[in-house]
Amino acid sequence: MAIKERMSGNEAVAYAMKQINPDVMPAFPITPSTELPQFVSSYIADGEMDTEFIPVESEHSAMSAAIGAEAAGARTMTATSSAGLALMWEMLYVAASNRLPIALALVNRALSGPLNINCEHSDSMGARDSGWIQIYAEDNQEAYDNFIQAYRIAEHPDVMLPIMICQDGFIISHGVSNITLLEDEKVKAFVGEYCPKHYLLKADEAMAVGPYAVSCYGMEAKRAQAQAMINAKQVILDVASVYKTISGRSYGLFEAYRLEDADYAIVAIGSACGTTKDAIDALRVQGKKVGLLKVRVFRPFPGKELAEALKNCQAIAILDRCESFSANGGPLAAELSAALFQAKSQAEVLKIVYGLNGRDYTVTEAEQIFADLEEIAENGMGADAAEYRYIGLRE
Amino acid sequence: MGQLTEIRWHGRGGQGAKTAALLLADVAFSIGKYVQGFPEYGPERMGAPITAYDRISDVSIRVHSNIYEPDFVVVVDDTLLHDVDVTSGLKEEGAILINTEKEKEEILPLLKDYQGAVYTINAKKVCMETMGKYFPNMPMLAAVVKISGVMEQEVFRKEMEASLQHKFEKKPEVFAGNMQALLQAWEEVTFIGSAANRQMSRIYAAQASGLGA
Repeated sequence: MAIKERMSGNEAVAYAMKQINPDVMPAFPITPSTELPQFVSSYIADGEMDTEFIPVESEHSAMSAAIGAEAAGARTMTATSSAGLALMWEMLYVAASNRLPIALALVNRALSGPLNINCEHSDSMGARDSGWIQIYAEDNQEAYDNFIQAYRIAEHPDVMLPIMICQDGFIISHGVSNITLLEDEKVKAFVGEYCPKHYLLKADEAMAVGPYAVSCYGMEAKRAQAQAMINAKQVILDVASVYKTISGRSYGLFEAYRLEDADYAIVAIGSACGTTKDAIDALRVQGKKVGLLKVRVFRPFPGKELAEALKNCQAIAILDRCESFSANGGPLAAELSAALFQAKSQAEVLKIVYGLNGRDYTVTEAEQIFADLEEIAENGMGADAAEYRYIGLRE
Repeated sequence: MGQLTEIRWHGRGGQGAKTAALLLADVAFSIGKYVQGFPEYGPERMGAPITAYDRISDVSIRVHSNIYEPDFVVVVDDTLLHDVDVTSGLKEEGAILINTEKEKEEILPLLKDYQGAVYTINAKKVCMETMGKYFPNMPMLAAVVKISGVMEQEVFRKEMEASLQHKFEKKPEVFAGNMQALLQAWEEVTFIGSAANRQMSRIYAAQASGLGA
């Protein structure tokens, strides 16, 4: 029997960590992910986990220790947010290129400045090209489910890449709501033991981790790493279908909500999707053909699949909780626009930045976006209309 | 109770408004409701105004925004009435609950044009008489459960008894004080007015300030 509980996103992910009970967790606290190492430390102190917790002096050290532990052959996890992820930057690339399937619980938070502790996706979006798989959650349930699926994806022989399980800071991490948990034994059986093929402490196999590569080898290493990310797409789907058999909950690369016959669509990531769904249900009652495309997996980027799901839409708003200062919209808008172009989509596209520094995103704003899309689809973008714009900005 | 009840809490950092909001979500969850309890963080410091929210529903909740048109508002610190527009968006058919030692003649004029029901509770008095320490969480929780009708008194008492017994397993004396605070607050929460007698209090306020009626 599934366990009905109420938990914050941080409690839910910490509970998944307890159930998985990995070998090593190096971590350094930072708001709003501080509770994750805190809860894990409590579980260890109470004898409910036997993970080796390594308190380190910085996030750079946290990721370095995670790399060392994982390379040695230990299943490893860590957690961070915002500036903490930024300080890991150099080592994120080392983890990915050395093909170390570390799981990182990321609680999304803005980067400075202004100094701000609230939700934004700028931390993980900045790391989008570091070679990590990135999976995002709409709510605490998804954050929990995604973390349980993390190691089976990351450690798959066709993949062997680190994985970032992201949830919206405060909105999800500190919001308590209903959740359905799996029993410990189901989680343990699903995740399984970690048996890497190659690892540093393997007595009968000498190996080096992170050596120098001259130019006649380096490019092949990068290409192999890129192939792992390509392979991850199918592995994510396969793991999701097995997960469904134990949880009853379905996951894919994305979720299409009332999208099949939709003329107008919002594409978004994270907690904004729940709010958008409420707006869609209200507008559907009024006869408006509106839908949502929720991007769950951002790395690997399922460009073809997303474009295919949007093929019947006349106008699409792509929402980024992140300003990439490209003067051309956020990262999701940039990548999805490219995919739509490749798919020869004729849809009008609005690139919208929202929710920066924890600015609230409301049902009313989602309804406004749909109204704008309808207007653009009927009358065209217009010479003065900005296809890259902000919503929720104080005038 | 309707399908969805939305509650907004106003307090100051360190007073436990967030904890109270989470306790309310907890107790509503325990009777099978779908819940959300979440804080809105401003500057993280003692004494700064903070807001927390509850959604309580018979169906699952997907929206993740703050609450702008609450059914009920709870004010944990009456000094906020001067600084924060606590009745902003509050539904007229809802109610506001204020923790205060002040008389209604002082409180009602501070609520501007709000036409709905106003309740007060003297949480400090309840706390000092039952626990000997001022932690407004328990009295505010009981009072808001009563005025919102989220659950019956007997159900609330039973659920809280079970929850507090577990929480204070090793401190039975704390358990008793907390339970007493809940029960006393349930009795002492007072309806002090609505649109009709607001006029009265405006006249009183005008007279008091020497401006005439």
